[in-house]
Amino acid sequence: MKAFTAHRGLVGPMDRANVDTDMIIPKQFLKSIKRSGFGPNLFDELRYLDEGQPGADCSNRPLNPDFPLNFPRYQGASILLARKNFGCGSSREHAPWAIEDYGFNAIIAPSYADIFYNNCFKNGLLPVILSEEQVDILFAELEANEGYQLSIDLHAQTVTTDSGHLFAFEIDEFRKECLLQGLDDIGLTLQEADAIKQYEDARAAQHPWVFGAIK
Amino acid sequence: MAGQTLYDKLWNSHLVKQRDDGSALIYIDRHVIHEVTSPQAFEGLRLAGRAPWRLDTNIATPDHNISTDKTERDAGVAGMSDEVSRIQVQTLDDNCDLYGIKEFKINEMGQGIVHVMGPELGATMPGMTVVCGDSHTATHGALACLAHGIGTSEVEHVLATQCLVAKKMKNMRVTVNGTLGAGVTPKDVVLAIIGKIGTAGGNGHAIEFAGSVFRDMSIEGRMTVCNMAIEAGARVGMVAVDQKTIDYCEGRQFVPKGEMFEQAVAYWNTLTSDADAVFDTEVELVAEDIAPQVTWGTSPEMVSAVTASVPTLDEQPSEEKRKGLERALEYMGLEGGQAIESIKVDRVFIGSCTNSRIEDMRAAAAIAKGRKVAGSVKQVLIVPGSQMVKAQAEAEGLDKIFIEAGMDWREPGCSMCLAMNADKLGAGEHCASTSNRNFEGRQGNGGRTHLMSPAMAAAAAVAGHIVDVRSFTEVV
Ligand code: SF4
Repeated sequence: MKAFTAHRGLVGPMDRANVDTDMIIPKQFLKSIKRSGFGPNLFDELRYLDEGQPGADCSNRPLNPDFPLNFPRYQGASILLARKNFGCGSSREHAPWAIEDYGFNAIIAPSYADIFYNNCFKNGLLPVILSEEQVDILFAELEANEGYQLSIDLHAQTVTTDSGHLFAFEIDEFRKECLLQGLDDIGLTLQEADAIKQYEDARAAQHPWVFGAIK
Repeated sequence: MAGQTLYDKLWNSHLVKQRDDGSALIYIDRHVIHEVTSPQAFEGLRLAGRAPWRLDTNIATPDHNISTDKTERDAGVAGMSDEVSRIQVQTLDDNCDLYGIKEFKINEMGQGIVHVMGPELGATMPGMTVVCGDSHTATHGALACLAHGIGTSEVEHVLATQCLVAKKMKNMRVTVNGTLGAGVTPKDVVLAIIGKIGTAGGNGHAIEFAGSVFRDMSIEGRMTVCNMAIEAGARVGMVAVDQKTIDYCEGRQFVPKGEMFEQAVAYWNTLTSDADAVFDTEVELVAEDIAPQVTWGTSPEMVSAVTASVPTLDEQPSEEKRKGLERALEYMGLEGGQAIESIKVDRVFIGSCTNSRIEDMRAAAAIAKGRKVAGSVKQVLIVPGSQMVKAQAEAEGLDKIFIEAGMDWREPGCSMCLAMNADKLGAGEHCASTSNRNFEGRQGNGGRTHLMSPAMAAAAAVAGHIVDVRSFTEVV
């Protein structure tokens, strides 16, 4: 997995609460058996005026001129500024895949849906949680300043603005370490293979019906 | 020391290792796999040169994007008309064959929506940890399992290690006491709960549903409720074990028999929250206050009693709420203050892992019987949740009732719950739907979803508009 340590970049807005995973990546794109290539279909229904089809070339599709991420000033954005309960809905990891593939490295929002939040970490995408008031301040500054950039430091757990705000954020120790070092979760867990085996043997002795029935 | 909640017990009994940083390694007993969220996980496994940790834990079936049309289904995987979908289903078959994972293939008895087939085959049993790459995995919690959805990286993680890295959630108890009125179903109860706590109300929590309403409810009804825990923001929904749980499990294909069954039952009977257990959050509702519910907006929390009206902009407590409502009304093509019963429906969908079990089919058939679909309604899809539900419904003659009423009786799958196959809404169409999400575009680009119970959806099909099912004579 790709590591995340610190990032400075252009901010793009998604100014609505409860953005669900169907909105992030509509279901027709889930038919792919690949992990990559979802970026052009991020926010597909909001972003384009026609209906997107999997596998189709997006470069000539009509863009929705009212969708903020289509505005020239937000092109090249790498930090997504969002509202509360971002990523609610389904468990599809295609949502963080699409966000990452589009070019975002981090998201800032007051809260996330649990599964989405978890899925971000598996893909080197940092979901930062700030308070609603702090997010309000960032939206106001973003609105007022073309070319608005933010700096995120995962080590220090801070978001800093050029205007001088410094906002600290919380993050799990384990997740932070994995992101900082770009660690592969599965490899880490397999280091505990003996403990798993031991647990499994005890469980099979105690609750034998959990084992063996399905074949 | 305070007693343990059901969730505490399930968590503790699956703890492989607690780490100092607060994360834990949790053992997974059952892993349910479908075509959409698994191909990248199998691919990852292969690229890393790893093999599945254990085979007899996995059970697979295609459900999300297969056709529900009989002619197309009869042609099997090879006959799937959408090439991209066909490749995805074929990939699931290939992966399961390659590794020796038990799969109920497209037209095999046992195939069905993951959350319908798991419990009905007895693949999920009380006390298990159950995961699946689908957020409605909480459904299995009706059998006192710790069940939740996972992403594709975690599907790969479970395949490779039989564990998940997790952090313990908080405990929430939602208690509903009293007796439900006629025509008020489990779907109405869970929609009322979501209306009360909101779609983020359960974030970070595992919800236990408690109180007389859930004790009186069938296991199938409990599944409907647990299914939508995720719509209240909680990954996990559960109901404690009682005699109904045990009766439901007994005799199912993968449930042990004889002495081992007795041994299992002795353990299952311990799967309740202790009387002195403490919950971080408590929510209470009164059964008698719950009327049949209908969503009018674009989030499951935008829900009202069928007798109510669509909210108005000036009633809104905050600017943010007002903006959200304005956007929802515009998308839904509704006016604030309009009676819910005045909303006309173009299509009706009865199915999905929320409401496609045999009881749901019976409830819909009871309303459809001897009636006809209103002329203004373009299509009524009745999609049983599994091959077993389909066979049972046909044995009871329910299919004939639906067909005589002018409804379409389909093959099992997810269908218009997420509209990955050909079953979808056109732009601007209103749908009375028994599924679980009314997000923008969920049932088709521009489609407008109204969530409700199977009986309410069947009533809407007959009336041509949303209608209070209690006005039908069968409902007493
Ligand atoms: S019926 Fe809908 S919610 Fe249930 S598993 Fe299928 S797509 Fe997911």
